Amino acid sequence: MAENLLKIEHLVKKYEDNTILNDISFNVKQGEVIVIVGPSGCGKSTLLRCINALEPIQGGHIYLKDDEVKAGGANLAKLRQRIGMVFQSYELFPHLTVIENITLAPMKVQKRAREEVEKEAEALLKRVGLLEKKNYYPRELSGGQKQRVAIVRALCMHPEILLFDEVTAALDPEMVREVLDVIVDLAAEGKTMMIVTHEMQFAKAIADRVIFIDSGSIVEEGAPEAFFESPKTERAKKFLQTFTFEDVSKRRAAASDSISASE
Amino acid sequence: MNWTAIADYLPLYEKAAVLTVKLGVLGIFFAIIIGLICAVIQYYHIPVLKTIAGFYIELSRNTPLLIQLFFIYYGLPKVGISISPSVCGVSGLAFLGGSYMAEAFRSGLEAIEPIQTESAYSLGMSRIQTMRYVILPQAFSISVPAFMANVIFLLKETSVFSAVSLMDLMFTAKDLIGLYYKTTECLFLLVVFYLIILLPVSLLGSLLERRLKYAKPGA
Amino acid sequence: MQNLGLEVLFKGKNMIRLLGGLWVALKISLISVAISIPLGILLGAMMTWKNPIVKAILRIYLEFIRIMPQMVLLFVFYFETTKAFGWDLSGETASIIVFILWGAAEMSDLVRGAFESIPKHQYESAEALGFTRAQTLTYIIIPQTLRRLLPLSINLITRMIKTTSLVLMIGVVEVLKVAQQIIEANRMTSPNAAFGVYLTIFIMYFLACWPISMLARYLEKKWR
Repeated sequence: MAENLLKIEHLVKKYEDNTILNDISFNVKQGEVIVIVGPSGCGKSTLLRCINALEPIQGGHIYLKDDEVKAGGANLAKLRQRIGMVFQSYELFPHLTVIENITLAPMKVQKRAREEVEKEAEALLKRVGLLEKKNYYPRELSGGQKQRVAIVRALCMHPEILLFDEVTAALDPEMVREVLDVIVDLAAEGKTMMIVTHEMQFAKAIADRVIFIDSGSIVEEGAPEAFFESPKTERAKKFLQTFTFEDVSKRRAAASDSISASE
Repeated sequence: MNWTAIADYLPLYEKAAVLTVKLGVLGIFFAIIIGLICAVIQYYHIPVLKTIAGFYIELSRNTPLLIQLFFIYYGLPKVGISISPSVCGVSGLAFLGGSYMAEAFRSGLEAIEPIQTESAYSLGMSRIQTMRYVILPQAFSISVPAFMANVIFLLKETSVFSAVSLMDLMFTAKDLIGLYYKTTECLFLLVVFYLIILLPVSLLGSLLERRLKYAKPGA
Repeated sequence: MQNLGLEVLFKGKNMIRLLGGLWVALKISLISVAISIPLGILLGAMMTWKNPIVKAILRIYLEFIRIMPQMVLLFVFYFETTKAFGWDLSGETASIIVFILWGAAEMSDLVRGAFESIPKHQYESAEALGFTRAQTLTYIIIPQTLRRLLPLSINLITRMIKTTSLVLMIGVVEVLKVAQQIIEANRMTSPNAAFGVYLTIFIMYFLACWPISMLARYLEKKWR
């Protein structure tokens, strides 16, 4: 049995009187891929932000191995180096080139040598198919390319866990695939990841475990097959239905039926 | 136009121009430092210091440089603070310019989305590293137009230095007019020398602005 | 406690005289503002004309006025008009004319900037809705431009007021000149008058400009 890498115990997050996350507890094992799904505004992105201590929490604890992650806590910068995060809006640094974006933190934060970091960065860029873009500025890249660079930037810090916050939500449909492929690749390699996404097919394919959050609480959690094929709760069923469309011809037929019935 | 007179006056104007530029550049340098400090204080909402910075900015922006200089040069010695004309000119310009620079930098800082800071934090950067490597370089390039406008504004403001008996361009022109009554020549040289100083800065400003327009950050 | 020379202000009519001097400065700036703002709007609108000659002439005039220190403009105008045209302008008249020329140039630049800051698709979406050119300007563009313009032009007023302090240099008897006279007259009885009197003027200017700046800032926030 793999050890628990991340432990979340009774996490509570409030904005003033508004409870965003209410008593969330779960563990993430080494090498596990957790996918978090739920309707927008349910608090799933906030959960990731809490894990990276970008938000102060009002109750509970978050541990990375034995160290507590806490906004304003001691050694927070050290802890954050061990947690990689990729944002929906990429958040590359617009004044730096691709390679500078990737090497900045390893060099300045981890004080690693430039040659070594650059070599690693280039290897990672090559892996995501962007080596020839290394001297480009972010504004010269497409959304999908930017997001792949953002993933490489996080990877280059050698994090123990990666957090993905709706990383394809801002992308044009044809670019979603190239980003998801990179993430699938990382999963195959055994990286520990927590992924918030609306791409249900992807979630089904990559998750070891799915956590369904609604109105700030974990409503259902389990293996992806079980969750997607036969959700146990009404709320999960209703949520999954929003991803399927009724055939228009059926609705036309139903409409004409009702018209003829009323005649 | 009496060209021999102009040739005679030229060296005097040159000397005055050098002094004007020297004091102007020094004053602007200190204004940048004051402005940066104030802008960072306001950006991080540091208590007490923030109030002081805000008070200073209002005071400095809402009073004319000439009055500031008169107070520093003629008023302060009465309470035991005596300084030389050039120190007075530089400190006056820095006092005035600090607030203008602070406003330019602050609007640059505010234009950076908070999530940029978060993304730097999530890479394990400290507050200072984030400020230095991520926020400030971006804020600088956003504030370039305002910054250049301030530089021109402050260089223009040096023209009141003559009021505290600094031998700048204005002083030289006034002095020569008083001595020889060659008003047209003296004023012609005054205009020409200010153009020589200010035109390149103004052109550089519009060049930078145009370049930044095409190279808008958009990550 | 050291003597701060404040007692001079309460001697005789000194405070009234200072305020009178400040009024001279304010009067110059208010007259200049009242004329230069409409003039500047007119020039700014002319800058949007397509005629290249009008545009070039305006441009050179505006850039020259804006790049020259106001002090230089004052000097050139005050001395050169006397010499070239034989006008014997009072310092006050000369400074009002210079401030009008300068204020109009600054204002026209603000107008141009405000027009340019309206994104192109505002015009396009108005056209797409079937507005005529005149309707687009009246209902869509000018209201947005005014919102951007008003705080900036209010700021221009404070800049004008501050710049009037320069008229001392061409012999107008305004607040600084009065101050010098007061300090000189009381040299023996209050040797420290310079501190108190100049501090007072400093505060006077602040009190004149600060409320106007606050108004500009308030409008800027409200209409952003």
